[in-house]
Amino acid sequence: MCLAIPALVKSIKGNEADAEIGGISRRVSLLLTPEAKVGDYVLLHTGYAISVIDQEEAAETLNIFEQMAELAANEEE
Amino acid sequence: MKFIDEYRRSDLAQAVIRRIHQNSTKRARFMEFCGGHTVTIMKHGIRQLLPLTIEMLSGPGCPVCVTDNADLDKAIALAKVPGAILTTFGDMLKVPGSCSSLQEAKAEGADVRMVYSTMDALQIARENAARPVIFLGIGFETTAPTIAASVLQAKQEGIGNYYVLSLHKLCPPVIRALLHSGEVKLHGLICPGHVSAIIGSRPWEFIARDYRIPCVVSGFEPLDVLQSIDMLVSQVETDDSRVEIAYRRGVRAEGNQRALELMYQVFEPCPARWRGMGAVPDSGLKLRREFEHFDAELAFDFDPGPTLEPKGCICGDLLRGIKTPRDCQLFAKVCTPASPVGPCMVSSEGSCAAYYHYGDGTSSEQGEQ
Repeated sequence: MCLAIPALVKSIKGNEADAEIGGISRRVSLLLTPEAKVGDYVLLHTGYAISVIDQEEAAETLNIFEQMAELAANEEE
Repeated sequence: MKFIDEYRRSDLAQAVIRRIHQNSTKRARFMEFCGGHTVTIMKHGIRQLLPLTIEMLSGPGCPVCVTDNADLDKAIALAKVPGAILTTFGDMLKVPGSCSSLQEAKAEGADVRMVYSTMDALQIARENAARPVIFLGIGFETTAPTIAASVLQAKQEGIGNYYVLSLHKLCPPVIRALLHSGEVKLHGLICPGHVSAIIGSRPWEFIARDYRIPCVVSGFEPLDVLQSIDMLVSQVETDDSRVEIAYRRGVRAEGNQRALELMYQVFEPCPARWRGMGAVPDSGLKLRREFEHFDAELAFDFDPGPTLEPKGCICGDLLRGIKTPRDCQLFAKVCTPASPVGPCMVSSEGSCAAYYHYGDGTSSEQGEQ
């Protein structure tokens, strides 16, 4: 029930945004994330953005996984 | 989809699983609090991929499952108030109360409408100004701010026919109650990612400090959960107990202050009843006095009738982590998703539904695969 999915903010008007989720456009409330900007990804929960995705942290997390995979590959050699 | 697909890469998952196998030497029992995590774990067969040292246990983190029958009966009775429109998230429709469900009430003529958002419920209120429109407020800290936002919006617009039945619940107090009972011994807790997007990671610190249990806030993709298990293993192996955030792209230590402000502007903590756990102090949210006129419980005269519990259902024990669906005599026989007896089979995030749909690797059919 606490499901939230990433949505790309395409345009903002007042407290509301048009956001894209997997190619589908949806109206999203930014009342809980007034800091969201066009081009941000937000976590969308029941029509409300509850968090702005930190894209640097996202890349860093993936980087950690890549390093683990590299290490595993080296160990196998 | 961006920020989903990358976290499902099997090559990376294999590397994390390998690391967990290499690092885990001590026996450890981890609980995933959140039903969303239970689904990820069951759907991707994560339990079967872990070393034998690690046991995973599902927790009480499903708002639908923990709503007790007395509260469900209130919602069903409110749906039958003459002229009323009861709006609810779809998850709640099929959940059986003592004698009925919202779906059955709808079949009998009650106007029960499924909505995706409180914004939709408000729109129904605007379009039906002569009728009371009641929103069934279910959910944890992730959802409660969105209900608070709708109440503030209704107040601002002067929408006088919008009401909320607040059955919201707060997560940290119930974990405290669970650990305090001593019924279940844990060596690590996977903390709910989207609850933490709102409250931050700090409200979990008492678990690491007072109970010496490692905590990791996790996202919901398989790589997120594996990373969290890996981080828990590292803490267990070094006898550490801290709160860490694995889900760094979505969660900050301080949470979402704006959402918390709105939530506590409209609601205040109150005792709440949890299925299987009874009353837990300060684990619910009620409308503050200033917003009392939005409170459906105060606004209407309704009779939920006597509370009855389904015979043989062990949902309460599952939610406390002391039994699994395999221990239930009704599981997959009398109780199925098409004809559920208890809420853990109804909710898509209930542990019974997850076991039913994905299996846990212990049944004979799966053993042969």
